[in-house]
Amino acid sequence: MAKRVGAEGSFAVAEAVRLADTDVVAAYPITPQTHIVERLSEMVADGDLNANFIYVESEHSAMSASLGSAAVGARTFTATAGQGLELMHEVLYLASSMRLPIVMAVSNRALSGPLNVWGDHSDVMATRECGWIQYFAENAQEAFDLNLCAFKIAEHKDVLFPVMVHMDGFHVSHVVEPYLLPDKEEIEGFLPPFNYPSPLDPNKPVSMGAFAPPAVYSECRKAQDVAINGTIGTIQEVWDEFAKLLGRQYSPIETYKTEDADTILVSIGSFNQMAAVAVDKMREAGKKVGLVRIRLWRPFPLEIFREAVKSAKNIVTFDRSMTYGGTAGPLCAEVKSAMYGTEAAPRITGFMGGLGGRDMSPKQFEAIFGRAQEIFDKKLDIQYETIGVRE
Amino acid sequence: MSNLTTLQKLRDGGELFMPGHRACIGCGEVLAMRQVCKALGKDIIVANATGCMEIISSPFPTTNWDVPWIHALFENTAAVASGLESGLDAMKRKGRGPAQDVTVVAMGGDGSTFDIGLQALSGALERGHNFIYVCFDNEGYMNTGIQRSSATPYGASTTTSPVGKNSIGQTTQKKDMPLIALAHHIPYLATCTPAHPTDLAKKIKKAKEIKGPAYIHVYSPCPTGWGTGSDVAIELCRLAVDTGVFPLGESVYGKHTLTKHVKKLKPLRDYLKLQRRFRHLSDDVIDQIQEQVHAQYEEVLTKCGLASS
Repeated sequence: MAKRVGAEGSFAVAEAVRLADTDVVAAYPITPQTHIVERLSEMVADGDLNANFIYVESEHSAMSASLGSAAVGARTFTATAGQGLELMHEVLYLASSMRLPIVMAVSNRALSGPLNVWGDHSDVMATRECGWIQYFAENAQEAFDLNLCAFKIAEHKDVLFPVMVHMDGFHVSHVVEPYLLPDKEEIEGFLPPFNYPSPLDPNKPVSMGAFAPPAVYSECRKAQDVAINGTIGTIQEVWDEFAKLLGRQYSPIETYKTEDADTILVSIGSFNQMAAVAVDKMREAGKKVGLVRIRLWRPFPLEIFREAVKSAKNIVTFDRSMTYGGTAGPLCAEVKSAMYGTEAAPRITGFMGGLGGRDMSPKQFEAIFGRAQEIFDKKLDIQYETIGVRE
Repeated sequence: MSNLTTLQKLRDGGELFMPGHRACIGCGEVLAMRQVCKALGKDIIVANATGCMEIISSPFPTTNWDVPWIHALFENTAAVASGLESGLDAMKRKGRGPAQDVTVVAMGGDGSTFDIGLQALSGALERGHNFIYVCFDNEGYMNTGIQRSSATPYGASTTTSPVGKNSIGQTTQKKDMPLIALAHHIPYLATCTPAHPTDLAKKIKKAKEIKGPAYIHVYSPCPTGWGTGSDVAIELCRLAVDTGVFPLGESVYGKHTLTKHVKKLKPLRDYLKLQRRFRHLSDDVIDQIQEQVHAQYEEVLTKCGLASS
């Protein structure tokens, strides 16, 4: 029987790792992920989690140890944030190209410099092309649910890719919220034992990590792209199965009041909840606005996204990270790329804010909608604007 | 078991590192690696660093490895090995994985051990994982074109410590990697060369038996990088041991022993003159280096309780 628990997102993540009967955790502490690894350490110390916790000496080693652990067929979890995600950057590419099902929770944190331990999406956006499946949790319940699902998705024979579950640093990782924590019996059978197809085993030797000269590298890489794009269906299947089991449904793109919206805000992460409040306010005032929440970021669900925004003449994106010399923020660029060439041809403007832990209020989201309308009406040629920055 | 029996068993035991690899002719490192594999047997998983041994043995879609093998990156071999070991351990506890005991072996060159991979190695040794770390030391970043490492000896010419009007070659002293490993309180350490195959085999087997981290340092002549003929690797190993440049020894739970106590060290010149990387050295400098080698050998003798005075 599920019990209603008051806990930080971090502790909800730890519960998911425990209920998944994870075999190995290899992690290095970094704010704001520390509560995850501390809670997992307590669980191991008390015998509540039967896992080997490798206290690695850096994040680069955390992901490297995870490669080894997954390669022998052990269910493997790690967690990090910000600089830690950057430090393991080169190893991320190996996890995906070597098709090793590792699950990693990321407490999204701003990148240095200057040093800032608070939440934003610059760490996520720096790892766009690393080949992992990446999706977002907006609160503690989602943090639990989506980390649990991540093991099933990653280890699925039609997937075999590592999965990152993102949650906003501090806003989700450290805020105490009520959530429903299922017990072991309730999720019985949801997560089958991990059975990696060709693990490292002296009884059947395989070589992993061969080098690929120019004659074969391109084919390896294209095969990887085809494979990851093919996982969207399975991701949805797992989420559907989860919904049947526990009643909470997740989708790659989730819409809020978009059916007849002519202006749609596209956004990622926990600030969506502020944006939704703004949508409600503006709908009360008769404005036809809506919100599209990106849940699945990689692989980007192109067709589902286009369907979700089809009514809008005006799309506005909200990035919690910057571009430096690029044409638009990361989410904005993705959305522009997704919509270019479509018949609808909506105007698309990008806003950036909420950097380094700076809060965004519903009022500020209303201001974004207002400014987006002005840009649309006056046909202003604006690539992107920042919001909430003192000039 | 007599040395002859050991040798016969090694010779007839079959290959786990298969022929057909692309090492340079006369490579001392691949010979040593082949011996290490034979001594270990088939119930191993190898984590290999980027470097000569990895490149010569794994051009996709071929492999020379008849044991499970994983190559990840250059600097993370010890971390990957930590994951292999912990994964196997957790699985075994839960009744999964191979039925037999499996030894995790990390293999890396001096580059990936002394330099870029030092952090990962230190972490793995400190955590006490039950694995063997083998460093094949050919005293430079050979695979990328003979650049210096912190294992390159004083006075050696490499492409990034070249002899020149203003340069004698490498100006720093070789890092004492065995000492660094021992500082982690590991239960087993050994130094070996492929010219002493029965000694190497014994030490590898001991490393396998002892629970906890074992560090094995293998002197690995590189004809290409050192500028020698392709037929002197074995001679170089013997000279390295007999001149005191590479003491052959062992440390078991902190007790150090010298495998071969060379009572009268051979002249260093005999060793240096076979290698083009040292040919620019003046007699004075060679004398200096010899003094240093002798002083360091005395220190090793003291540690092993064999000091001459």
